[in-house]
Amino acid sequence: MADSGETEGPGNKDVIERAKNDGRELTKEEKQRLRKEKKQQKKGKEKKDDKASQDGEKREKKPVSSASPAPQPATQPPTQKAPPAVPALVPVPASETPPPGDKPAKSKAELKAERRARQEAERASKQGKKGDVGGQQVAAGKPKAPPSELQPVVKRLPEYMQADNPEVLKKLAKKLERQQIPLRSDYGYKVSLFSHLHQYSRKAPLTQQLSIPSTVIHPAIVRLGLQYSQGIVAGSNARSVALLHAFKQVIRDYTTPPNEELSRDLVNKLKPYISFLNQCRPLSASMGNAIKYIKKEISNIPSQCKEEEAKSKLLTCIECYINEKIILAAKAIAKSSIEKISDGDVILVYGCSSLVNHILCEAFEKNRKFRVIVVDSRPRLEGREALRRLVQRGISCTYVLISAVSYILPEVSKVFLGAHALLANGYVMSRVGTSQIALVAKAFNVPVLVCCETYKFCERVQTDSFVSNELDDPDDLIVTRKGKTQLEHWQDVRLLGLLNLVYDVTPPDFVDLVITDLGMIPCTSVPVVLRVKNVDQ
Amino acid sequence: MPGPDKETDLTERIEAFLSDLKRGGSGTGPLRGSAETARETTALLRRITAQARWNSAGDLMEIIRKEGRRMTAAQPSETTVGNMIRRVLKIIREEYARSRGSSEEADQQESLHKLLTSGGLSEENFRQHFAALKANVIEAINELLTELEGTTDNISMQALEHIHSNEVIMTIGRSRTVEAFLKDARRKRKFHVIVAECAPFCQGHEMATNLSKADIETTVITDAAIFAVMSRVNKVIIGTQTVLANGGLRAVNGTHTLALAAKHHSTPLIVCAPMFKLSPQFPNEEDTFHKFVSPHEVLPFTEGEILSKVNVHCPVFDYVPPELITLFISNIGGHAPSYIYRLMSELYHPEDHEL
Repeated sequence: MADSGETEGPGNKDVIERAKNDGRELTKEEKQRLRKEKKQQKKGKEKKDDKASQDGEKREKKPVSSASPAPQPATQPPTQKAPPAVPALVPVPASETPPPGDKPAKSKAELKAERRARQEAERASKQGKKGDVGGQQVAAGKPKAPPSELQPVVKRLPEYMQADNPEVLKKLAKKLERQQIPLRSDYGYKVSLFSHLHQYSRKAPLTQQLSIPSTVIHPAIVRLGLQYSQGIVAGSNARSVALLHAFKQVIRDYTTPPNEELSRDLVNKLKPYISFLNQCRPLSASMGNAIKYIKKEISNIPSQCKEEEAKSKLLTCIECYINEKIILAAKAIAKSSIEKISDGDVILVYGCSSLVNHILCEAFEKNRKFRVIVVDSRPRLEGREALRRLVQRGISCTYVLISAVSYILPEVSKVFLGAHALLANGYVMSRVGTSQIALVAKAFNVPVLVCCETYKFCERVQTDSFVSNELDDPDDLIVTRKGKTQLEHWQDVRLLGLLNLVYDVTPPDFVDLVITDLGMIPCTSVPVVLRVKNVDQ
Repeated sequence: MPGPDKETDLTERIEAFLSDLKRGGSGTGPLRGSAETARETTALLRRITAQARWNSAGDLMEIIRKEGRRMTAAQPSETTVGNMIRRVLKIIREEYARSRGSSEEADQQESLHKLLTSGGLSEENFRQHFAALKANVIEAINELLTELEGTTDNISMQALEHIHSNEVIMTIGRSRTVEAFLKDARRKRKFHVIVAECAPFCQGHEMATNLSKADIETTVITDAAIFAVMSRVNKVIIGTQTVLANGGLRAVNGTHTLALAAKHHSTPLIVCAPMFKLSPQFPNEEDTFHKFVSPHEVLPFTEGEILSKVNVHCPVFDYVPPELITLFISNIGGHAPSYIYRLMSELYHPEDHEL
């Protein structure tokens, strides 16, 4: 470990170093020892810092670091997503009481209780102060929420949205090191508006950029990660289904180590895989929901259940999820949508959405007479894939680029769009360009229908396409026309930047109807659906 | 003999110009800017005035009209040709009126009162011969040429009035006028430019490289991201191919989307267009409004299996209605779109609208 200054037991350190160099997974004892050492170092450093200065940064590291060992102990039930046990990860200063000296003799439960008491005290003092800007967004939310119905949602800002914060990057690097996942580095000049997001290069395959320890990560997950990073598996449904299949494989190959419970150990096994997949390509909202579901199912397995039984139960759960939420949902959505397609319609679609293609094919099977206009955009040109699928079925199609959409729109009678996620404030997050199509359609008074399964609904809120997005490889924008490549040496020009966004958000006033497996709802009813789903669970 | 030689020389030049026009529009030949076309057209018209045989103003106008019809037929989308022809026709009318001594200026203006009271004005047939007419007309055309040469500079001089520091300016495609405009503003102010690349020809790339070489911080975005980034943009400055008679634009495709996005975010849309782009056309003439190029740009021949079963469109221009435009900046200053009809009546005579 890089920062092992004053460690006890240099013998332990050697063993651990050797294990890392072998690429072998550290045993549980080794991991625990590592953790303890780091805690000691941090406590020593923090004491010095507390006495030395009242610097905000150090203070924000403290509540973060004191809480970070909290998820590690396996005794903690992960069902509640650990908000009560890991509160106050907000970088607000004012931790009044310095942590008491951590004697290893104290049991884990006592330590946890101490920490919890400390954090309650901190939170109380924070409520009084309400100083920093960073804390306000969460602190302001908490007192407003009535305690009876709504739980105080302590939002931890996800790491992938804080690429410009060196603290968070350091923390991520340490976490990945602990999990033995390699860290992927950013590529190229980032436009200043998006410096908080990561930007990776896709030119060289991931295996050339990172060294992936094959014994730590299951090969199915490695393959999945590579497929994501190269764009071979793309589209939110495809990615979720691939993820679930990979997890099925992981579960099949899993054996519970002795003295461990399947429900807890399997969840811990999945965490490094999720970090790795996140490094390959940031997780989508649908994948996030799928992972939450799996974790919940795993932790709900009773402890007296035999391993084989538990595994088969989990596999059937995952099968069920895929079947219900994706396949049957698509059938239900197709059934409702076909009512909206009449003979003689001219339907405009954008890019390649598996759900919209499915709907159009179903409608064509049911002998509806319509024709389709496929709109496409650089640099991904996904519309060509949709075009191929539709033409194969025999649907008559027209193909244009997105810059020609205001030329073609007077002919169009309806617009069908797919979604990547539906946010809780009614905004539709989808492939970049969707909001533009909705805007122009609105200007021409053409109805816009969004088709989205309910498992893609997410509790985030967002009003613009900047705060949370994905930056794709900027080199994709380079094109050679008539033998000249204008932007070939864009990296050498200091003042030139290329921006390749992946997603954008469409305001709800551009969308006329959302067709889901629960029925046809307006855009603003998304939080209602989320609430109903939460109550069900 | 000088006469026939001059004539064959003249016809050769006209033919050369026509074939240039025809070739230039398909995107394969060397692309020439509108300013260049305007200058060449005016120079050619001056040559016609000097070398063709004519006795009276009416003859000259007939010759010019005839050649003009051929030129506009060669490349209908290149409206600057037609505009220059109409300007020269107006010059001829004015010079003729001046030679006659009557103050025809006032009568040229359309007013309902004049239309009702003076019915006999259209009897003017320009048959009188004036010796000094040729020299006057050529001098006036020279003045027009000087004006054409100075348009870009005149527009760029107004840059500092419209751009403040630390602005984010958005533009689309490649416009030489906007490039000069922004470069001039850069001398004193620091700002950031976002260029939409404008597929499928991606002229935005060239614009971005030129701007970044001029020390302007530039970002290239795809057309699909126009609405996504519009919320951070302070101004949209674009060029155009033609300014229509109602104040609307015929601009490169994607501009309508850009204008709608700017309207949605209440961002001002500024159009930098010199006066020779003002055309008396209206946008309702559907068959001549749109121009298409090879669909190979959109769906290449490598996609052969589906190519035969699919309709592919590749329009070059977009119509932008005048409600979406905030300001026109031309070489004679800034105007609102509602003022365009007035400028047009000063530049062209109503009888010349139809060549």
